[in-house]
Amino acid sequence: MLSVHFVLFLIFGVVCVAGAVNLLVQRHPINSALSLVVVMGSLAVEYLLLGAEFVAAVQVIVYAGAIMVLFVFVIMLLNAGEEERTQGSRVAWLLGVPGMLLGSILIAWVVLNHSGTGAVAIGALPGPPKALGWLLFHDFLLPFEVTSILVLIAIMGAVVLAARPEKRES
Amino acid sequence: MGIALFIFISLIKIVIGLAVLLTGVAYSVWLERKVVGHIQNRWGPTRVGPFGLLQPLADGAKLLFKEDLLPPQVYKPLYIAAPMIAIVCAVTSISVIPVGNSVTVFGVTTPLEITDVNIGLLIILGITSLGVYGVALSGWSSNSKYSLLGGLRASAQMVSYEIALGLSLVGVLIMAGSFSLRDIVDAQAGHFWGFIPRWNIFTGQLIGFFIYLTAAYAETNRIPFDLPEAETELVAGYHTEYSAMKFAMFFMAEYANMITVSCVATLLFLGGWHGLVFGPPILQAILPVFWFLAKVFVFMLIYIWVRGTLPRFRYDQLMAFGWKVLLPAAIVNLIATALAVAW
Repeated sequence: MLSVHFVLFLIFGVVCVAGAVNLLVQRHPINSALSLVVVMGSLAVEYLLLGAEFVAAVQVIVYAGAIMVLFVFVIMLLNAGEEERTQGSRVAWLLGVPGMLLGSILIAWVVLNHSGTGAVAIGALPGPPKALGWLLFHDFLLPFEVTSILVLIAIMGAVVLAARPEKRES
Repeated sequence: MGIALFIFISLIKIVIGLAVLLTGVAYSVWLERKVVGHIQNRWGPTRVGPFGLLQPLADGAKLLFKEDLLPPQVYKPLYIAAPMIAIVCAVTSISVIPVGNSVTVFGVTTPLEITDVNIGLLIILGITSLGVYGVALSGWSSNSKYSLLGGLRASAQMVSYEIALGLSLVGVLIMAGSFSLRDIVDAQAGHFWGFIPRWNIFTGQLIGFFIYLTAAYAETNRIPFDLPEAETELVAGYHTEYSAMKFAMFFMAEYANMITVSCVATLLFLGGWHGLVFGPPILQAILPVFWFLAKVFVFMLIYIWVRGTLPRFRYDQLMAFGWKVLLPAAIVNLIATALAVAW
């Protein structure tokens, strides 16, 4: 049973992985950053196809539209040049790549078979903003609040790090 | 509705929507030149056609036939892609904007928008937030200092003002209880005491409205926030190195974004297509669309009026205003609205 949604899901899955590989292969930081935008965008489409339209929109607004813009901004500001191509270490090729593959297969297997969630059908995620809001502010209220405090601490840390010392004393 | 019919109707609506939008873009430029001309005690365009009405066509022909220069120092792939990103993001966001209730033609009922989605507002915010890549990448890929400074200013400014812009809309969302632009407009139907319309601007969102308008001017890089293309210091900012149609794409993207901003302001704060409806059935069908377009037109006039009136901010003033005035005001507005609705 091959529905349009399923075909689209596969296509954007391939686009997502291709973007991630391109991110590593590209030598110029700005091309890598733009590949990451592609990854974020195709992830948003995957969310949309799974039925989580609110998460998809937020993914685009926050990740592709704000965070990646800051990445690009910093790369432009520092005028980062192209990376030099090296041979790469032998350890990375012998241990790193197979290890990474093994690890990701293991994680996928554990998540699919032993996390108790299982696979999600196309369009089955709680999509409408109301359903999501109910989940966030009712079922998962405590984790949500704890996360918000975590983010607040991170913001305060960033402010402390970025503040100029002479300003703090005056 | 069958899939073939759906695609056929969507195609018709896309063609009509695109034609109206691009004509609107062309004549916004004409309107701006005319109105700013009169503000400055000049005539504006008068030679091509009556009142210079054919000036946009002449401009379009000129831009099409100009030589498309490719400066040698640019980074080619992104230099070519940047104007495309800008225009695509600017034009796509019009697809979820409803201009009226549904119409029935030849027994087929269809809503007056290209597609009706339940997160319409979020889609507009998402697409416009991607539009900044066009500006930022054009500045970087041109490999020229004026362009780079323009691109940097644009990306910093747009990310900063996006927060205030988003927060100023949440008040309206709380009152309507939906992300759907159609629901938001429907929530503003009716009148107080029979004559004051229940538009959000009259029901406590006046502050939100002004925050939105200010932040939106900054988002579209318009005076008094047009530092990314400040001609007195940056030549032309991010599009310094562009010519012919590539320059025109940035130009069209800017005006299309202005139209989108005006449409969103109309839908969210001024009651969308609600207005006086009277007369025979055919008039009753046309009037809502007329009211919608009239309100959008007023917003475009305000854009031009502000351009003819206000000087440009300094860059530190721009950042201080965005973070220290607009953002706190938007948060206070949000909390007040939430308390009022909960009570």
